[in-house]
Order: sequence, then C-alpha cells, then structure tokens
Amino acid sequence: MLELLDAIPYDQILIQTLNGIVTGMILALIASGLTLIFGIMDVVNFAHGELFMLGAYIGVVVLATSGSFWLALLIATLVVALLGAALQITTLRPLLGRDPLTTILATFGISLVLQNYALWQFGPVARKIQEPFTGHFTLFYLEYPFYRLLIAALSAAIIGGFWLFLKHGTFGIWIRATTQDRVMAQAMGIPVPWVHTAVFAIGAGMAAASGVLFGPLVGVNHAMGLDWILKAFIVVVVGGMGSLGGSIAASIFISLLEAYASIWVSPAQAVIVSFVVLILTLLFRPTGLFVPTPK
Amino acid sequence: MSPDAPVEPLVAVEDLHTYYGKSHILHGVSLCVGKGEVVGLLGRNGVGKSTTLKTIMGLIHPDRGKVLLDGTPITGLPAHKLARRGIGYVPEDRRIFRLLTVMENLRTGLDRHGVTDARKRELLDKVFAFFPVLAERRNQAGGTLSGGEQQMLAIARAIMLEPRIILLDEPTEGLMPRMVSQIREIIAVLNREGVAILLVEQNVPLTLEASQRVYIMEKGAVRHHAAAAELKVGDAVIHQYLGV
Amino acid sequence: MMKRPATVYWIGFCAIEALLIVAPLVLPEFWRRFLTEILIWGLLAMSSDILIGYTGMVSFGHSAFFGLGMYGAAAALLMVRPPNLWLAIAYGLIGSAGVALFVAYFSTRLRDIYFAITTLIFSQIFYVIIFTWTEVTGGENGLSFRRPALSIPWLFSTPFTSETLHWFVLAVVTASYLVLRRITRSPFGMVLQSIRENEPRTRAIGYAVERYKIVAVMLSGLFAGLAGVLYAVQNRFAAPDFVYFLVSGETVIFNVIGGIGTLVGPIVGAAFFLLLREAFSRFFTEYYLIPVGIIFIAMVIFMPQGLLGFMRRWLNR
Repeated sequence: MLELLDAIPYDQILIQTLNGIVTGMILALIASGLTLIFGIMDVVNFAHGELFMLGAYIGVVVLATSGSFWLALLIATLVVALLGAALQITTLRPLLGRDPLTTILATFGISLVLQNYALWQFGPVARKIQEPFTGHFTLFYLEYPFYRLLIAALSAAIIGGFWLFLKHGTFGIWIRATTQDRVMAQAMGIPVPWVHTAVFAIGAGMAAASGVLFGPLVGVNHAMGLDWILKAFIVVVVGGMGSLGGSIAASIFISLLEAYASIWVSPAQAVIVSFVVLILTLLFRPTGLFVPTPK
Repeated sequence: MSPDAPVEPLVAVEDLHTYYGKSHILHGVSLCVGKGEVVGLLGRNGVGKSTTLKTIMGLIHPDRGKVLLDGTPITGLPAHKLARRGIGYVPEDRRIFRLLTVMENLRTGLDRHGVTDARKRELLDKVFAFFPVLAERRNQAGGTLSGGEQQMLAIARAIMLEPRIILLDEPTEGLMPRMVSQIREIIAVLNREGVAILLVEQNVPLTLEASQRVYIMEKGAVRHHAAAAELKVGDAVIHQYLGV
Repeated sequence: MMKRPATVYWIGFCAIEALLIVAPLVLPEFWRRFLTEILIWGLLAMSSDILIGYTGMVSFGHSAFFGLGMYGAAAALLMVRPPNLWLAIAYGLIGSAGVALFVAYFSTRLRDIYFAITTLIFSQIFYVIIFTWTEVTGGENGLSFRRPALSIPWLFSTPFTSETLHWFVLAVVTASYLVLRRITRSPFGMVLQSIRENEPRTRAIGYAVERYKIVAVMLSGLFAGLAGVLYAVQNRFAAPDFVYFLVSGETVIFNVIGGIGTLVGPIVGAAFFLLLREAFSRFFTEYYLIPVGIIFIAMVIFMPQGLLGFMRRWLNR
C-alpha cells in the first residue's frame, strides 16, 4: 500500500495541476469569445483560432518595435478587435438570416485567408515573444516560472472584467437582452446589428489577448490557431453551447485532464483525452457537462 | 357604414401583402390610427392580426404595400429604428427578458440617448405607481414573475420608450378578471396622456369599451370598419366574424 | 420541336464522358494526372453531397472516410502479396464503412451545428490516432507502396499506365455517379430530401428518420472511402495530411461552389477550385490561397446556390 502511495508522482501532479490551470485559463479566454459569439448570433466562428494567431503575431511586431510586452498586449487586442468588427460587417452581416451553414463556410474561408496571409507576411519560421519578466519560484525541487501564473491571473482578470461588464451598464444589458431574444431586443430600440458587431469585436479581442499571453510559451506560427480552435470547439460543446460559465469550467476541466495525462503519455496523444470527454458528453449529457440538465 | 378615418393619421398601413414562406398571410390590409386614438383590431385566431402589428413594428417586412408613420413611409426600416421613433410593442406572449431583472427589463427601454436622469426617475415612478408589484420585485429575474406580472412588465417596458403609439397584442389573454380591469385602466390612462393605441384583442366587450374605432379582420384582410359606439356585443357582424 | 429533357440530359452526359475519355490521349502528363485527381476529389465531394445536399446534414467528417479508405487500401497493398486492386478496394471500403458506422451513430442524436462540429472533431480524432500510432500507420510520414496491376481474376493482369489508370478512375467515378443518381431519384432518395426540407414533418408522417440518416451516412462514407482508395492507387502513398480536418473543409467548399444537391455540382466545384488554385499558384507564386479564399467567401455571400445551382431542379427531375 505504501509503495503505491510512493509511486504516485506528487511533484509531477502538482506541476501539471498548475500547467492545467494555466492552459485552462488561456483556453477559457478563447472559448469565451467563441461561445459569446455563438450565443448571441448563432455564428460558429471558424476563424477564431486565426484571430488568436494574428494577435500573437501583432504582439511579436509591437514587441520588436517598442520593447514593451504590455503595449504589445494592448495594441494586439485593439487591432484584432477592429479587424473582427470589419470582418463581421463585411462578411457576416450579409449572411444574417440565411442557413447557418453559410456562416460556418464564410468563417472557414476567412480562416484560410488569414492563415495564408500570416504565412505570406511572416514566413513559415516560428517567432518568439519574450516574456515580460523571467523568474521562477521553487516548487519541491523544480522551478516553476512566475510568468505562467501571471498568464492565468491575467486571463482570469480579463474574463472577470468582462463578466462585470455584462452584469452592469447599459451595454451589458443590451448584450444579454439580445442574446436572450434578438427580436424583442430590436423592438425595444436596441441596435442589434451593432451589438452583434461589438460582441464579435470583443470576442476577437479576447482571442488576440490570449495569443499574446500564450506567445512566450510556444512558438508563434501561422498554424497555431488550428489546434486551439478544435480544443475550443470541444470546450464549447462540453461546456454547453452558449454558456459562458460552462465554457470556463469545461476549459479548466479538460486542460487539467490533459495535463495529468501528459505525465504518462506524449502531449500529442494527451489530446485524446479531450476527444474522449467530448464523446462521453455527447453520449450521456449532450446539452453540456456543466449545464444543468433541462427538464 | 365606415366612420371617418383621421385625415392625418399617426400610423397607417396601405394594402399590405405578407407571405410566410408560401403562405399568403396578409391579403391587402389597410388601416390607420390617429394621434392619441385607441383603435381596436378584432378577429379570430390566425387571421393575421399579430402579423399586421409585427409589420408595423418592422419585425416583418411586407412583400407589398406601405407602412407610414406621420405620413412618412417606414416600410422596410428595422425595428430598432422604429422603436426609437416612438412605436412601442407589447407582443402576444409578453416576451419579457426572463434572465434579466425587472429593473433591467425596464432599462432596455429607459437607457436611451437624450433622456435625463430626472426624466428617467419620473418614468420609473410613473410605472411603479401604475404597477406597484413591479416596484416590489424590481430586482427579481423576469422569469420568476407570474403571468399577470409579466404582462404588466411588458407594458411598463414599452412605456419606458415614451412611445407615441403602443401596439398591444392580446394583453388580457390568460389574465384574471381583476387584471383585465387593470389593463383597461392602463389603456384609459395612456389614452388621456395622448398615447395612441392599436389594440388587438379577442375580448370583444373590453375592445368596444376602450376603443374609438374598431376594425374587424378575417382571412388576412379588413372586412369591417366601424365606430366602436355603433357596435354592440350581440351585433350580427360581430357574430359573423368572431363567432361569439 | 422540343426534345424530352431526359434525352437532352443523356446527350450531355455522353458528350462529357466522351471528352473525358479522349482527354488523356491529348493532354500532357501533368494535366492528365491533374484531370484524374479532379475526378477523385470530385467523387469525394459527390459523396458528401448525399449528406449535405440531399439529407441536409452538414458534415465536416469526410476526411476521415477518405483517409480510412486510403489507409485501408494501403494495408491491403502492403500486407498481401502480390498487391491486388480489388482487395485494396475491399479493405478500403471496410475501413471507411467502420468509420461511417461510428459517425452514423452520433448523427442520429445530434442536429445541425452540433453534428457539423462533432464530425469535424471526429475527423481530428482519426488524424491524431493515425499520426501518433507510428508502428501501424507510419505516423507523420505515412505509408508508401506499389501500385497494383489492373487485373480481372483468371482473365488478365496488366500494370496501369497513366491513361488506363485515368480510364479506370473515370469508370469508377462514372459508375458511382450513376448509382448515386439512381439512389437519389428513388423513393429512398425522396425521403432523404424530405428530411432535408422538414425533418419533424417527415417524422410525423411516419418515417423512421434515424434509419434513413444512418443509411445516408453509410452511403456517403462508402463512396468517400472509394475515393480514398483511388487516391492511394494513383499516388502510391497514404499520409495523415489527408485525414486532417482541412480536407473536410475543402470538400465542403467544393460542394458549395459547385452547387449542393446536384451530384455533378460538387465535381464541377472540385474542378473549379483546383483549377483556380493551380492558376493562382502560377501568378501569385506564394500564398495563392489568399485570392482563392476571397473568391470563395464572395461566392458564399453572393452566389450561395453554387455554379450549378440553377440546374438543380433540372438535374434531379
């Protein structure tokens, strides 16, 4: 019995718990934008991963010219938010009211264009974003970087800030009303087309912020959005389509499981965990694991 | 014999034809509502009364025909612009925002450009005076209210827009008699303040009492138009189109 | 004098077949292979039209069917000596049928967007399995093998040439088209279209919608797998890239560009897209996908019925 307890790699588990939370928070930031956009306008934004990727690239550029990580974060978020608004106005507004397939296709087309644009402008070699500060603290005999904790904290802060924004203030009411009943919101004078654009922009900005925050952990390259969009889709389905709280919970849940799995298998195989969770959710609780079952 | 319709109506629709997919719902509806008038719209279920209201509100765009506000064509304008021009809408199933609190529901209409804080307080005081129960429940989620309370909220919410005309779709449906008379009082109060009302109803006595003119629809068109004073509940024409 | 529509149709059909038969004799090698590839991708797109165009189920999972067909054929061609064409087809079809069964099960429990996203994720699941199970699938590098001979048991066996391979592919694709056309015009096909138009009503009338959907998915998966086998035979390798979800995305693009619900539309869509890509890659040597992508988006917005959409009713009569 004692041998069994001894065999459990406590230090690994702790490290992976932290890793899982960090990755989970980034994923939550990405998935929140996606679920928000879906909840309010029934659009499955295939290009969301590319918005994440563009955010990271803009971060690279701003960092290179200004040397400031925080400026990079700010500018990337704003620029991609504006880009998101422009995309929504030009390509998604004309598709309002049509078959939902067309928005998936349009956003898929956008994702192709953005990916190749990035490839064209920045080339196939991965870039790096420097962390704003280095430094570790000691956990058992291992060192854990402060920066990672910062990512988790910042992501939580951004999500929390957004949640507050939703709960108070006129615009928050407009967003929530439009999400619940688009038609009645219009009848109350809420400019629904602009609310849609603004929400898309906010979702895009959140994705971009994730890109910059996550940049120092991996290389920035044109294909980095693809893995994340799949994970984000899984999270959104597992968490309950359109449920902000569900997406956040599912993000952390899945990331933790994957982090633990990576103690024993390779990261490429650890992703199977998220697939299994998805299949189980679809089989037993298709409305979402973290959403109360509808009566 | 048709009564004289107002010369310069506040809201008028001319020859509306609307289709839902292949179904031809409105077959050339024409009617109008004068400034400060209460006009009733009667008819059985499914004749197109709600569709007419939705078309006026800009929630449905007609395939043919015109909608006019103060003589200006507004056909095809989106609903949110019309709400800001003074058209209020209280739909048939109330459609309050269930997950928003009572206060937040009201704010969807109250939070507008150009309304001073003082005016906002005035409007709130007014509706809370009409509907004290809403004041009590101001921080409760809309979905927790009873049917009658939701109806009051739906009307209060429309009043927040300070509209010149309110489109009321079957406000008394499913309500207890006590609340029905409350609705009748609200209509009277709003009328005194100069707000026009287009009242769609199945409740014939209420409609005849509250309205100045009445239209009766059948199968997607207006079949009869009379001054409310000239109609009585037992009249043949009422029986013909409403079967009561 | 008005010809009956059916006659016009068959005349058109024969004319196009004749063109396709003669083509490899006059085209240079590169274009010959290109044409053959168009046919193979066209078959894949056509198979997905059964789901998207006829049953109204948008699926992003076709890369899984295609990929399993490809790897199934690879398995036959590597494991059995001498490599046998028909065995490759058989293995490939079994592989894709297996995947199709898996997807079919979920298809009955999910609708619309959930189904689309789930099929997308499923195709990724297979990608990851194939990518990481290096011992069996060759992992990242895939598998390469020799092309089997065109053989009819006990009659003859001759290796494929570029022309005969093209004709073989053409024959398979044509036969598939005719079979699918027959199916879509049968009572079964009518029920599928009824499901697309109004599923609740179809169910209310008394049809077991779930069963029809399962059959539709299986049918779609089988022909997609067949396309995978053809691809393996033509190119002599199987790689995980083809199971990546982007391939599914491209398939859907072919469908939409060509016109869903027409069967030939997707083939035309594949041709259009591949030609466009080829043309653009010569002018904009890098990143030709940008203008191609923009054209695609413009088509989704302004021409959603696709290139052949206007012919849809006529083709289905």
